[in-house]
Amino acid sequence: MRATRFRSLRSRDTLWFYIFASPWIIGFVLFYLGPMIASAYLSLTNYSVLMPTRFVGLYNYEQMLQDESLRLAIWNTAYYTLFAVPLGAAVSLAVAILLNRRDIRGRSLYRSAFYIPSIMPIVALSILWIWLLQPRFGLINSFLGLFGIIGPNWLGDPAWSKLGLVLMSLTGIGFNMVIFLAALQGVPSHLYEAAELDGANGWQRFRNVTVPMISASIFYVLVIGLINSFQIFTQSYVMTDGGPADSTLFYVLYLYRHAFDYFKMGYASALAWLLFVVIIALTYVQFRTSEKWVYYGN
Amino acid sequence: MATEPLVTHPQNTSTVRVRSSSRLWAKRLETLIIYIIVTALALAFIFPLYWMVITSVKPNAELFIWPPTLWPRTFEFNHYGDALREVPIIRYLGNSFYLTALNVIGALLSCSLVAYAFARYQAPGSRVLFVVLLATMMLPHHVTMIPLFLVFRQLGWVNTFQPLWVPAFFGNAFLIFLLRQFFKSIPDELFDAARIDGASEFAQYWRIMLPLSKPALATVAIFQFQWTWNDFLYPLIYINSQDKKTIALGLQDFYKSQTTVEWQQLMAASVIMVLPVALLFFFLQRYFIEGITLTGLKG
Repeated sequence: MRATRFRSLRSRDTLWFYIFASPWIIGFVLFYLGPMIASAYLSLTNYSVLMPTRFVGLYNYEQMLQDESLRLAIWNTAYYTLFAVPLGAAVSLAVAILLNRRDIRGRSLYRSAFYIPSIMPIVALSILWIWLLQPRFGLINSFLGLFGIIGPNWLGDPAWSKLGLVLMSLTGIGFNMVIFLAALQGVPSHLYEAAELDGANGWQRFRNVTVPMISASIFYVLVIGLINSFQIFTQSYVMTDGGPADSTLFYVLYLYRHAFDYFKMGYASALAWLLFVVIIALTYVQFRTSEKWVYYGN
Repeated sequence: MATEPLVTHPQNTSTVRVRSSSRLWAKRLETLIIYIIVTALALAFIFPLYWMVITSVKPNAELFIWPPTLWPRTFEFNHYGDALREVPIIRYLGNSFYLTALNVIGALLSCSLVAYAFARYQAPGSRVLFVVLLATMMLPHHVTMIPLFLVFRQLGWVNTFQPLWVPAFFGNAFLIFLLRQFFKSIPDELFDAARIDGASEFAQYWRIMLPLSKPALATVAIFQFQWTWNDFLYPLIYINSQDKKTIALGLQDFYKSQTTVEWQQLMAASVIMVLPVALLFFFLQRYFIEGITLTGLKG
């Protein structure tokens, strides 16, 4: 009798779990799983809004191998990521370490100053940064001018356009900084005291105490940073429209154009799947290498 | 004189004192340098936003001079009026507020229900579903973009608001996770007691869990507000008529439609767009910060 009551309790739990979780389960099937399968199928067709659909097998994927513009878009995206992600992680960690010092007062005020830019609408920031990066009267080059440096024509020069966007990406460090601050506050102070007794200098304490203790946060910031950076879109759409000379033609912008400007949705779906696979692969590699350096406590 | 034996090596104590006071000064100097660095960095981060506001009230003559004026010699507020006349900013704002309200309501309802399921019940498959939930948090959404567009087009939803708010009523992985973490911290005994008193499962969710979770729910509302307000890609895909544009879409149109760029008007429109988010932050900033730490990313 007890067993049946136990079972009925369990099945009641099961029932309630699925009742409460149903919005997300339905949403997952309707807005995620279903569309993903549809997208995989679409990528094997020549679907375009304008023409009758035909199954083309792996044709789209073969096309991708020969697509010069795609190669450029991948290169641009990788280039941007390679600068923006490590730089963003380093700056946000540095700021967090400075703010975490015991001798700094007014921490929440400083924290706000670093955090506010990161919640600002990306379109407003994009338009602001076109103005800041303006070659003659923009704030950035005016600042450089103080030191006698003639700043580049950021968004007008293919050699500098991506770096201009990397510079702009620093406005988004706030979120990561808060994560790092929380992590740093979780490092027990006796570890630093012990290291100090052992004669460790500042850099050694950072290298051998701080980094291992917050390695999970560093890892999280790098993974999310990579995923987000691969999906950069709005900045290049609003600020440069992929230019100059396709130097800011990023992957998602290229995908967007194929889907919604040229209506080649079959090819665009194949592009989306490549992006999906690449991001999963890179995340997987990060997870595997993380086993060597990330410390998750007990 | 009785204390004399204590100071057996007067020379030594004085050198110790000198060393310790010089160390104190070194420490103070270090603190000062840190303050200077942190303050300079903080100003560098906040300065672009200051520049947005300042540019919006500068006269034309002051815009293109070198060095730029850090504080305008004359203020011109007419750029705000000009921008409002140039594009239907009020309409855009209304659309954005409407969508934001619906998204926030949808997120609060759906995410709290789902988070309650994950926090309170064990069921066959619940662990697997939780892993799936975490996975969707990480994966890029562009794979679903095209088929979703085709589905919504089939439903006749292109150039309507539906594609931009209906999905919010089906939960968001990140917000569900955030709420679930918070719900887990509420002691089970409260619910057991209510259950014995005959409260239904739904009553437990509505009368115990939700009232105790106001800070977490505030965080969810804030995140969703910010996402909807700032969203650009989805309005870009679905909206094409002027009267349905959100402020993000309207602002970029404003920029693209100009043959000669009117920086003051653009900055004025940007200030208007930024203002609600800035106000939200100033009044509710602790929820922004707590929300991030709530996801358990501390260690």
